[in-house]
Amino acid sequence: MAEITLTINGKTITSPNVAEDMPILWYLRDIEGMTGTKFGCGMAQCGACTVHLDGNAIRSCVTPISAAKGKSITTIEGLSEDGSHPLQEAWIEAKVPQCGYCQAGQIMNAASLLSRNANPSDKEITSAMTGNICRCGTYNRIKKAIKIAAEKGGSQ
Amino acid sequence: MKTKTENQTVRKMDRRYFIKSSSIGMSGIVLGMHIACSSRPDEIALPPASFEPNVYLTLNEKGDVFIVAHRSEMGQGVRTSLPSIVADELGADWERVQIIQAEGNEEKYGNQNTDGSFSVRMFYMPMRKAGASARLMLEQAAANEWKVDVSECKAINHEVVHEPSGKKLSFGQLAGKASELPVPDEKDLRLKKRAEFTRIGKPTTLVDLKDIVQGKATYGLDATIPEAKVTLVKRCPVAGGKVRSFDNSKALEVPGVIKTVQLDSPGFPTQFHNPLGGIAVIAENTWAAKKGRDALEVEWDFGPNAKYNTADFANTMVKAANTNGTVRHETGDIKGALASADKVLESTYSIPHLSHTPMEPPNAVAKFENGKCEIWAPTQNPQWAIGSVAGKLGIEEKDVTINVTLLGGGFGRKSKPDFVVEAALIAQKADMPIKLIWMREDDVQHDFYASSSVQHIKAAFDEDKNVIGWNHRSVFPTISGTANPTAQEPSNGEISQGLIDVPYKIPNVCIETGKADVQTRIGWMRSVANVQHAFAIGSMLDEIAEYRGKDAVKNALEMLGKDRMLDLSGIKEIYGNYNEPLEDYPWNTGRLKSVIEEVASKSNWGKSLGAGKGQGFTAYRSFLTYVACVVEVDMSEDGKLKIPEVHFAVDCGQVVNPDTVKNQFEGGAIFALSGALKSAITFKDGQVEQSNFHNYHVARMADAPQDIYVHLMDSEEKPTGVGEPPVPPVAPALANAIYAASGKRLRDLPLKV
Repeated sequence: MAEITLTINGKTITSPNVAEDMPILWYLRDIEGMTGTKFGCGMAQCGACTVHLDGNAIRSCVTPISAAKGKSITTIEGLSEDGSHPLQEAWIEAKVPQCGYCQAGQIMNAASLLSRNANPSDKEITSAMTGNICRCGTYNRIKKAIKIAAEKGGSQ
Repeated sequence: MKTKTENQTVRKMDRRYFIKSSSIGMSGIVLGMHIACSSRPDEIALPPASFEPNVYLTLNEKGDVFIVAHRSEMGQGVRTSLPSIVADELGADWERVQIIQAEGNEEKYGNQNTDGSFSVRMFYMPMRKAGASARLMLEQAAANEWKVDVSECKAINHEVVHEPSGKKLSFGQLAGKASELPVPDEKDLRLKKRAEFTRIGKPTTLVDLKDIVQGKATYGLDATIPEAKVTLVKRCPVAGGKVRSFDNSKALEVPGVIKTVQLDSPGFPTQFHNPLGGIAVIAENTWAAKKGRDALEVEWDFGPNAKYNTADFANTMVKAANTNGTVRHETGDIKGALASADKVLESTYSIPHLSHTPMEPPNAVAKFENGKCEIWAPTQNPQWAIGSVAGKLGIEEKDVTINVTLLGGGFGRKSKPDFVVEAALIAQKADMPIKLIWMREDDVQHDFYASSSVQHIKAAFDEDKNVIGWNHRSVFPTISGTANPTAQEPSNGEISQGLIDVPYKIPNVCIETGKADVQTRIGWMRSVANVQHAFAIGSMLDEIAEYRGKDAVKNALEMLGKDRMLDLSGIKEIYGNYNEPLEDYPWNTGRLKSVIEEVASKSNWGKSLGAGKGQGFTAYRSFLTYVACVVEVDMSEDGKLKIPEVHFAVDCGQVVNPDTVKNQFEGGAIFALSGALKSAITFKDGQVEQSNFHNYHVARMADAPQDIYVHLMDSEEKPTGVGEPPVPPVAPALANAIYAASGKRLRDLPLKV
């Protein structure tokens, strides 16, 4: 157990007495009460828990909170203040979600992709997104939404 | 299992009876809709439905419309589609409509069992009448105000217009006066004509879309109450086993672990509502609960299913499928046909157990205080859960409240109340509110699995290659066996899913089922027994077409024969027809023919493709919806499978929300591809060998078809479901396409390409 200081969505937080091996996912959900980041598998197989650590997509279910000490986490709640990130808007335009449970992880992973590659090809999208499972099967709409966002400058 | 609507009346509600919600203005019109429901006998006894109201519409003096969604939302769009029907008939501005999720309450809402692709089918007319009743009251209130005849007043876009003078009053202005009027008689209602629809048949965006993309939508796993402690359960690896002894001392040493609670085993069969038993670990947070559970030492008595082995069981099913079984449908003389045949084609098809694995695993929050239990859960069937919780806890149903959250996928898993009961029992035993979470391993290893199955079909031909005999044997462990220890053969409900109602015009037909022991929890999963039946029949039709030297589409159309309502007199028992009377929803071969012709045309069936490429086809009716599917594959690069196109032609009657229908079919194709290409649950010594997505594989983006096209028939027939019908035809169409491309006839799922 240790005191942890980190930044979440731009806000610096210090938590006393946290298990250092606790995955970021459960820290966000159970300690901070931020439920936008989802649990899907617990072993980096499905991507539902994807957040950004210093701007890079990580699987928060297998990344211990100790790895975030002094670093900055961005979750779906912090991707934009009002849902105006180009990917969020594209997700609405392409009417991607069915149940919606995996979509926060999909969007966070896609945001990381666009920040590295502003104009990805179909192949690059598939390669980057294939770690994110959607049991409702919205993959083709996800691909379409990423392209819409890319056209509108989604890397911003 | 399902209930059907018999009649419905609209009445004004006492506002105290209305759903608790501070956001609803308490003036204006409140309408309740009574829907009379009757249960049909089925293999699974559910709590009886009763004559009670089930949909509510409120309009306040500000003009805000509140519509209660009483069915569970799991991605099928029901929180949008049903309210949109009410709003259309009401003449409301959709932007002024707010949706309120109903709690589980049979007395108020009637049937809330969200399963079997029947929400829109069952509630389309009641929703329209609810909206039309309120509309007429508003029009009458305006007529009274203007002292004109009501026939001159028309509700359009949230106001009532007096057509001759152009005078207008808004819904809000009229709400007070309208609420004083009696609810009109049903005979006075004027339902809109099709051309007048403003929302029905037009795309409507999901009401939860904006919340979802911002991470604000609340699923079961997100629901909590401040005092609830996170709970994980260690369950016996074999269904029906129990704890022999355990040592929790190391678990209790884990920082954050509060206590453990032992739960009794239900024995076997387990029933659908019983938790599996085991040791619950209650902790301050999920991570502590998980570490505590890992530290538990438990010795199990594996019970009666410890010898369940998939390989042995497959052999047993193959034997049963090659032996005479119980005849469930007989027309003509199959023995004579087989004996006199010029040629008999004979094939065996198999599918493995599957797990639902919704992205959100089962979970529930439960609080037990002063003899009352309150629950927050992602359940498809709150009423079954209420009855089950009350029974297990020894309290009355009125003392159980279930708040229904959004579901992160359901696919039939969350119909079963076991996980809700598990949470409630732990809260009672531990005497503290708890939040139960199933890890993915719990979900994969303790599911209610889709049946594994072996199907055997013989097709007999005369010398002109006409099909003169059809002998189909279906063998799989029945869902009923999870509840009934003596059930060993497929139930009426299961064989009514495409087995006994084969639509092809063949003079001699014999359809049989064989025995298979139930040795794990079997449950219904999206499309249920249609999956094995469509795979076998759709594949065999392709083999028949090949033998006859005919194109698969032409062969199917020819074998379908003249348009007719299917004669089901050869069936030895009542044909289930998804719990609808055949006179209301006949089996219309003409509708199947139409979707076949449509898909052939839209997919450019028979187009010239290069080497290593091919198209495959299957047509199928399930849940009263007619679907034809063409899959195109490309295996020209080293035999690696790619799927450039999938086409569906769909007749689901009047479409309510084309967005949703298309999304269900696109997603249904992917869901089906998981089963067709990737997924299998296997057992060794009674234990599931898979545990998470690294070894229980499901379709990912790389497995998705390049394009999925959904062609909707312009139909005015009664609306029927779209949640399940996309799935059954995909696997056989794919297998047929692989044969066309590679010459490899694959008869076992998942297909080993």
